Amino acid sequence: MRAAAEVAVAVDRLYRAESGRILASLIASIGDFQLAQDVLQEALTLALTRWAADGLPANPAAWVHTAARNRAIDQLRRGARFAEKSAAVATLERLRDEERREAEAVARDEVQTFPDERLRLIFTCCHPALSGPAQVALTLRALCGLQTEEIARAFLVPATTMAQRLVRAKAKIRQAGIPYRVPDADQLAERLDGVLGVIYLVFNEGYQASAGARLVRRDLCEEAIRLGRMLHHLMESTPEIGGLLALMLLHDARREGRADARGRLILLEQQDRATWDHAQIAEGKALVEAALRRGRVGPYQIQAAIAALHAGAARAEDTDWPQIAALYGLLGRVQPSPVIELNRAAAVAMAEGPDRGLALLDALQRGGELADYPWLPAAQADLLRRAGRTDEALAAYRRALALTQSEPEREYYRERICELGGGASG
Amino acid sequence: MQYMCLIYADPTIAKSMTPAEMGAYMGGYRDFTESIKTSGAMIAGDALQGVETATSVRVRDGKTVVTDGPFAVTKEHLGGYYLIEAPDLDAATAIAARIPSAKHGTIEVRPVMVWDK
Repeated sequence: MRAAAEVAVAVDRLYRAESGRILASLIASIGDFQLAQDVLQEALTLALTRWAADGLPANPAAWVHTAARNRAIDQLRRGARFAEKSAAVATLERLRDEERREAEAVARDEVQTFPDERLRLIFTCCHPALSGPAQVALTLRALCGLQTEEIARAFLVPATTMAQRLVRAKAKIRQAGIPYRVPDADQLAERLDGVLGVIYLVFNEGYQASAGARLVRRDLCEEAIRLGRMLHHLMESTPEIGGLLALMLLHDARREGRADARGRLILLEQQDRATWDHAQIAEGKALVEAALRRGRVGPYQIQAAIAALHAGAARAEDTDWPQIAALYGLLGRVQPSPVIELNRAAAVAMAEGPDRGLALLDALQRGGELADYPWLPAAQADLLRRAGRTDEALAAYRRALALTQSEPEREYYRERICELGGGASG
Repeated sequence: MQYMCLIYADPTIAKSMTPAEMGAYMGGYRDFTESIKTSGAMIAGDALQGVETATSVRVRDGKTVVTDGPFAVTKEHLGGYYLIEAPDLDAATAIAARIPSAKHGTIEVRPVMVWDK
């Protein structure tokens, strides 16, 4: 039936766009994650039949929210859902109050709406008392509306494992009393770091996907950007949020140029810049510039500024390497790490010549922290090759080849070894 | 909600303190206990004698077996506890973070089970 198919599309679209907002508001008034999720599902099922019969309501999201709340009131009246009767009674009173206030608003001809509680929800989902994988899964389930099976597939774990992870996380929220609110000012910065970390992890999981799983994981980049946009919209004055969103947009804008038709890695300097999404690059640049103007610099803003310099160069040889090297220096002071120092060395080599870069890399090697990190010998090999020190470059590529687990990287090192006249061993 | 804050710490740390350090450490506990009594969060709290004084009891096949010591072989031992009242986990962990042993040991925060009435 045509009407039923149209309604199904409308419900699906509503679910994708609004389920996070509806669920967040339901959890705020019901106080129980699982019950909120169940009644939202029931309301969506109800919408399929009711909208086919009566037509689409004026405000579909508010309709679903109200229908879900009515279901919750029914369930609470029957008294089956809460361990404590007193908690059920208090929740029921809160829901009825809400209903009364809405009826009064409708009587005054105000637009039917419900509050946006997604900020509270994301701080609950990313609470440090939950395990890292559980934070990621809950965020994707509750705020992005991904199904358990979709999350399981994206993270390459069995659906039953993912379902169990979500059930345990929701049980811990309820039993341990993890609050459903934006943290107090003294905890906010630290907890926001956790939220941003979860979003960036989702993005990277999608961005560094192996070729085989690429289609599913492309979704993860989109979801991470969507979460970044939502957070940016809700907490616009926090520059690190703008920095993270800009960083993700700038990386994502280059995704088409990162691999060839066979899924092989293409280095930044050899990528076809016409394949990059230049509108998205412009958006990312504007975001990072606006964030930096607020004068509270942080690691995401600096990384976004570096990404903007790469993306902004019309040709690889136009890249502003001195500025990139300076930004890596700043990043290393804000967030000391040998990996950042490695990137700084590579930028210094581009700005001031391979010998200066090699000196920094040798110091890193002596430090010993990156002993098992394939990109250290790989970076040394690239610079040695540029400096014309072929034998040393070959040895360094072989060290990188022995250390890496990634097949696209292995292939890249083998090709460099062949180019330099070394055997295709290893 | 009620939360049990179980204090796990390495007992050799307290043993190696100078008298002045020990005085400050105990003073920290007195101040903390006083502050949660005043705020109304305190339900109960005690320090325990050392793990070398512990005795384990098991009943197997109807027979009571009493043995020396606990099972654990970890470096950090249960050294004491506070039972507190807090509105949610964030409030409970904020209180637990002020327990002096949190600076070198671990405070395990566990919600108290509520039975259906």
